[in-house]
Amino acid sequence: MPVVKAVSCPVCGSLCDDIELTIENGEVVKVKNGCAMCEAKFLSHRSEHRIRKPLIRKDGEFVETTLEEAIRRTAEILAEANYPVLYGWSNTSCEAISVGIELAEEVGGVIDNTAVVCHGPSLLSVQDMGIPSCTLGQIRHRADLIIYWGCDPWSAHPRHIERYTAFAEGRFEKSAWRGYMAKIRSLIGLKKIRSAAKRLVLKEPSEIEARLKPTFVPSIAREGRKLIVVDVRRTKTAEMADFFIQVEPGKDYELLQALRALVRDQELEVDHVAGVPVEYLEEVVDAMVSCDFGALFFGLGLTMGGAKLRNIDAALSLIRDLNMRTKFVIMPMRGHFNVTGANMVFTWQTGYPYAVDFSLGYPRYNPGETSVVDVLLRGESDAALVVASDPVSSFPRKAAEHLARNPLIYVGPHMDVTAQVADVVIPSAFVGIEAPGTAYRMDHVPIPLKKVVDPPEGVLPDEEILRRILSEVRKIKREKTKAEAA
Amino acid sequence: MVEKHKLKVVLLTGRTIEQGVGKELGKITSEYAESVSVCYMDPEDMKKLDIKDGANVQVSTAFGSVVVKAKKSLRAPHPGVIYIPYGPWANVVVDPETHGIGMPTFKGVPATVEPAPDKPVLGLSELLKQQFGKG
Repeated sequence: MPVVKAVSCPVCGSLCDDIELTIENGEVVKVKNGCAMCEAKFLSHRSEHRIRKPLIRKDGEFVETTLEEAIRRTAEILAEANYPVLYGWSNTSCEAISVGIELAEEVGGVIDNTAVVCHGPSLLSVQDMGIPSCTLGQIRHRADLIIYWGCDPWSAHPRHIERYTAFAEGRFEKSAWRGYMAKIRSLIGLKKIRSAAKRLVLKEPSEIEARLKPTFVPSIAREGRKLIVVDVRRTKTAEMADFFIQVEPGKDYELLQALRALVRDQELEVDHVAGVPVEYLEEVVDAMVSCDFGALFFGLGLTMGGAKLRNIDAALSLIRDLNMRTKFVIMPMRGHFNVTGANMVFTWQTGYPYAVDFSLGYPRYNPGETSVVDVLLRGESDAALVVASDPVSSFPRKAAEHLARNPLIYVGPHMDVTAQVADVVIPSAFVGIEAPGTAYRMDHVPIPLKKVVDPPEGVLPDEEILRRILSEVRKIKREKTKAEAA
Repeated sequence: MVEKHKLKVVLLTGRTIEQGVGKELGKITSEYAESVSVCYMDPEDMKKLDIKDGANVQVSTAFGSVVVKAKKSLRAPHPGVIYIPYGPWANVVVDPETHGIGMPTFKGVPATVEPAPDKPVLGLSELLKQQFGKG
């Protein structure tokens, strides 16, 4: 059975490029090196939930149709619309996104990518403040302090820690894996001793606890790579950390500003900030200023609630302050595998990373007005094209409601939630499995995606589908101009 | 905080690895529906409401109300905080307000939780029919 090596995984923004796939009868049958999400994606590309034929809704029910008919109907909807929304783009290739933007310009619509509901606030803040960052390779080899703030890579980017940060074996920094395993063993040992003590020694439980308690203390002052996690819950990632800070929900901004004050050697005249004792924060700041190369990764815990973009302002300011004392970098944990690529291609072609409005014939950018959730909440769009994304399962109900009211076209491989409420459904090939392309990793490094198997018969890649829609839209517009002239 | 078996909490939505795997397997799989129609609660909060792991609860906010299964959180203690994975069920109750920057409030929404033994957790297509009249 042929084995394809060095495959990039099209799931999350880590874009792990060491996946090995075993192919049998044109199907992936075995995945090596991948995480649970990677395995689920590669092994389900031929599942029964795959859309195999284009569908059009007639009298409330889906009926199968030809690709030509589906593309013609899509082009008609988009060409007739006054203010269509073109949304998604983060789960496809840069090449397809590029055609999508051309289509948005042609139909005079709003084009937006999934950054709007993930790191949109981070982009706004970076535009205000700038960002000191680097590649993940540098962090892997050099960073001796890693901080994850408001993100849980164990759940969302499962191999991030192992490939790029605390558990990666770098050239100059060693993996903290052994220390972690020792900690786990000691915890298991402690649990066994505790249960044995309870069964054998007839003492008060509190007395046993008191004797067992001082077995280990958070090892933030130890040598080597350190991992700090700040989150509202004790996540799996937090369990791996040398130091965990549990912040009260919505109070990250306060905590970041308190850390800034401590980094600048100012005194805090309170005992607690955001539910965290100030001594803990002093410990963290000591670790921050005494490291040689620190890296802070932040997630949607900072962007989705509380002060939103102002949280990111505070985080970027903290890194700026830290760079007066030592070397520090910061990076958002990007979710979809090519959301960074979507921001890149949008910026190349329009000047703006997301929420771009072509309704006046030129690109305009004003998140809050031209961002897709706001357009939908105001009920302004009159058609929608969704490519490589599932907004009905990721937008608040009120926004999704208007999307479902619009004539809705869905282009994607799976029968997603959006597909189920769509009016036209066009199946597409999985980029990175059945179609090649380029995607950008979260550190802005472009990674080629491979085609390892053929798509089901008659199923085209997003790029080709979009090209056909674009040419059909142009044809309809030409016919209209001719008819008007006649 | 408990008034007639109703608990005031802060709602967070977010990723779980089960939701991540479910979305890749396909959103009409039972794995996906089971992974996102749940609400992770602090065990102490569950005691206050007198509910067991797997009981149906109704989560309500100013923006909507949805019935999900309560699950004992392995990430406790987080009293007063409930966690629903991203998905169509969570979307019913999150705050759509973008505060002029495009981003709705998916985390930190004030909510109430109450036991709902007589109300069913809707399946995906029933939920879509109920919310959008389509699907």
